[in-house]
Amino acid sequence: MWTWFFQLASPPHFYRMAGSLVPWLLWPALLLIVIGSWGGLVQAPADYQQGDGYRIIYVHVPSSYLSMMVYVTMAVAAGIGLIWRIKLAHAVAASCAPIGATFTAAALVTGMLWGKPMWGTYWQWEPRLTSELILLFLYFGYMSLRSAFNDLNQSDRASAVLALAGVVNVPIIHFSVLWWAGLHQGPSISKIDAPSIAFDMLWPLLVMILGFTLFFLGVLAMRVRGEVLEREFHSRWAQDVLRGASPMEAG
Amino acid sequence: MNLGLGNLFWVVLQRDLLVAMRRWSDICNPVIFFVLVVALFPLALNPRAEFLRALAPGVLWIAALLAALLSLNQLFRADIEDGTMEQLLTLPYPLGLVILAKTLAHWLVTGLPVVVVAPLLAITYHLPADAIGILLLSLLIGTPTLSLLGSIGAALTAGLRQSGVLLALMVGPLMLPVLMLGARATDIALSGDDPTGPLYLLGALLALALSLAPPAAAMAIRISAD
Repeated sequence: MWTWFFQLASPPHFYRMAGSLVPWLLWPALLLIVIGSWGGLVQAPADYQQGDGYRIIYVHVPSSYLSMMVYVTMAVAAGIGLIWRIKLAHAVAASCAPIGATFTAAALVTGMLWGKPMWGTYWQWEPRLTSELILLFLYFGYMSLRSAFNDLNQSDRASAVLALAGVVNVPIIHFSVLWWAGLHQGPSISKIDAPSIAFDMLWPLLVMILGFTLFFLGVLAMRVRGEVLEREFHSRWAQDVLRGASPMEAG
Repeated sequence: MNLGLGNLFWVVLQRDLLVAMRRWSDICNPVIFFVLVVALFPLALNPRAEFLRALAPGVLWIAALLAALLSLNQLFRADIEDGTMEQLLTLPYPLGLVILAKTLAHWLVTGLPVVVVAPLLAITYHLPADAIGILLLSLLIGTPTLSLLGSIGAALTAGLRQSGVLLALMVGPLMLPVLMLGARATDIALSGDDPTGPLYLLGALLALALSLAPPAAAMAIRISAD
């Protein structure tokens, strides 16, 4: 088992493997997202309270779920990189940040679009939106710390400490935002954990979540390949790849 | 020389306080900044008493947070630049303890003056006496947490040439729970309710930061000193 693990951590091997994995992630992702969109936009009935406005949850919920998941993935990868000094793990963490920030921004924008017909305003200081906003700041802080260092090794390890400090804070921020919001207004209209969501509405959501997750993994694999290639720019295998030889021959 | 852990803590604390006393402006600047920010709001908004009273918990806490953020930059910088930190890194003692002593010294020099001045400013905002007491208490529990959280960020950026805005951007979001709890506790006291809940939560955050922040900052300082 461990040889498999260490093989995976070798950059040329990873580059090759991730490359062949990408289509297996992205095509199913596309398929699932198309099916989920059809299910959510066409097949599912309109909500009796929210009308068609609720349909944005088919983008909003997967985005906000991934915005948190990607942060945890990033912190776990950063922790692995910090403890076992695996450079590939740092490359994964570095690649997670922009993707996660994009999902967070998508969750914010879709949340605001949902808010316009529901609340009559684009922005409410509502706990979920506020948490997403703070999460976006956490991503920004991580990315700007990364770019502040000239030395890659130092940048990797310093940002890993920040990611770990951040992931300890995420639940604290989440619960204090809930507490803070609870003081100001009644419980906001809950859009995700409705007590009994009809199956016709639920399955497209689950399909979308799965599709978005595969999409994330596919994009992550692509980004990590690029990151690895950039880090190993001066090594022979990377030069071979860049000259157009297949990494199989180069390896 | 064989030093106990408690002794080490005192030695570092005393040394840092002494260094701070010799650079008086480092002590004064955060407090002056704090007063300045608090004074901006009546000038920019509206000096009516009831309006200011409603504003006071938020304004005073935001100003305290900003003062803490601005003062953090200097926490480890001088030690990294003049090589003191390298000597401390070679000590056969847990580095987290040294970091904790340094952070405490930093709070005594920059955070405590803010806490002391805050009630005076609260009077200019027409805050009633019992709310001022809660404000004082919440700042007393909350600002050390700000310093501890900030010590991680300060340690991460200590080796960088320019770090002011970056440090604020990194540490600011982590400090938000303290801000929410502290300001809310004062606000609850202002409206005549019982603020013990948020105060306990502030205390819990302080305990958490006290146990987790120094080791994290120690790890960060080792990376920065490389």
